[in-house]
Amino acid sequence: MPSPRYWREIPSRYRLEASRCGDCSRVSYPPRRICPECRSTDAQTIELSHEGRVVTYTVVHVPPSDFLMEAPYVLAVVETPEGARMMVQVADCDPASVEAGMMVALEFRLIRKEGKGGILCYGHKAVPAYPIGGEAEDEQRSKELEVAHA
Amino acid sequence: MREVAIVAAGMTRFGELWGASLRDLFVEAAQQALMNAGVDHLDAIYVGNMSAGQFVGQEHLGPLMADHLGMAGVPSVRVESACASGGMALRTAFLEVACGGSDLVLAAGVEKMTDSADVTEVLASASDQETEVYNGATFPALYALIARAHMAAYGTTEEDLAWVSVKNHRHGALNEHAQFQREITTEQVLSSALVSEPLRLLNCSPVSDGAAAVLLCPLDQASKYTERPVVIRGAAMATASMALTDRRDMAFLDSVAAAGTRAYEMAGISPEQVDVAEVHDCFSIAEICCIEALGLAPPGEGRHCARTGETALGGRIPVNTSGGLKSKGHPVGATGIAQAVELFEQLTGASGDRQVPGAEIGLAQNMGGTGASSIVHILQTV
Repeated sequence: MPSPRYWREIPSRYRLEASRCGDCSRVSYPPRRICPECRSTDAQTIELSHEGRVVTYTVVHVPPSDFLMEAPYVLAVVETPEGARMMVQVADCDPASVEAGMMVALEFRLIRKEGKGGILCYGHKAVPAYPIGGEAEDEQRSKELEVAHA
Repeated sequence: MREVAIVAAGMTRFGELWGASLRDLFVEAAQQALMNAGVDHLDAIYVGNMSAGQFVGQEHLGPLMADHLGMAGVPSVRVESACASGGMALRTAFLEVACGGSDLVLAAGVEKMTDSADVTEVLASASDQETEVYNGATFPALYALIARAHMAAYGTTEEDLAWVSVKNHRHGALNEHAQFQREITTEQVLSSALVSEPLRLLNCSPVSDGAAAVLLCPLDQASKYTERPVVIRGAAMATASMALTDRRDMAFLDSVAAAGTRAYEMAGISPEQVDVAEVHDCFSIAEICCIEALGLAPPGEGRHCARTGETALGGRIPVNTSGGLKSKGHPVGATGIAQAVELFEQLTGASGDRQVPGAEIGLAQNMGGTGASSIVHILQTV
């Protein structure tokens, strides 16, 4: 990836910057100039919580060449408490243990080494929010998040 | 607007055509259409093509193809909407004839995919590079997410998905242009290699080379070229959010529903009146979502249709009589035009063993990316 392009995307990739519409409150990630819901241009920059829940997921067995070493890996749609959705990998766990509704933390990680030059590209990956066996706590946290979201 | 007819069609076989180049494929399909109509001139050419620039390093396809068709001098331009490029070329040609800008226009689609270094990466460029591809998404992965959403909402099973492939291969086995002219079983689908869970290899359309072409003119001039023209009654396009994460219901394809509604309105028909349909089954879940969005099956019920035979030849509404993208093949830029070729043959009674008896109204739905763009055409016998 040409470095200016990579540099431009750093605020959303490194700091999880999103935009919140000043008129309808819709949160867009990455930030947008025009709200896709109401077309308002009154957007405020916010930083997303570094946590969320898995909406849905797949396990990728046939990867693009930059991700050859990682397959099979989980690719999921994760929703943060602010209502932003992002497509991220779920790492540090058995792919078979991932399920919809699962709580995850979003951690700053190396995403890939791009092309022959091996340029390091960073971003966020999801990891299970609580250690295995912590299901009761997980459920409690899930409820808290639902309340916060509502 | 003038009424517009398709008066001739042509296509190559679809498949791994190692001996044919991008221009060879285009010329073969286009020349067939011209020969069938007995014409030696054109007013304009639209070339549907997704990504020759990435697949074979060739841009500027308009003049290249006109030149090799022996038509240098004729206005000719490439039209792109990812895997819906062919459908978009057809709609653009339709509008040019309908508005009186030209009388005789060729709409053709072509893709050469087997010369490429990394097909998965080229195809992925039709999804959102910055939010999806960056984190490891492939097209099968995105459709797998759609499949999981459909499963969660309606209880769709892997076996339901398998039946779509089985049904389409049954149709494709009867099509001499199809890449895979053979039947498969649900057991074969369910034991094929995992690509992106829950999608397996035999839930995915193949990598293909191929081209297809149709010739358009005003309906009142059609008798010069054929005794059996087919009229384009509806031609509609719609877009939807590019990234899956921006869709509140990932199991519903907004652009397909919107393009369908507009096309039905334009044609003045309802979904029940469609006799035969070609829909964009790039992955088996896509056929299920598309027939639901088009009103050919009630929401959530599309998953049963292939198994019960409702969408098979002889059923209530035969879908993908050509074999669909799964069995016929999916040279992405050619697909939308190949759908129109299949309907042209069905509506002129030229489909042989695949003929839907008495078919009068056909619907073609072509889709780009994960449904960020969709084009629907409705064709009818005169």
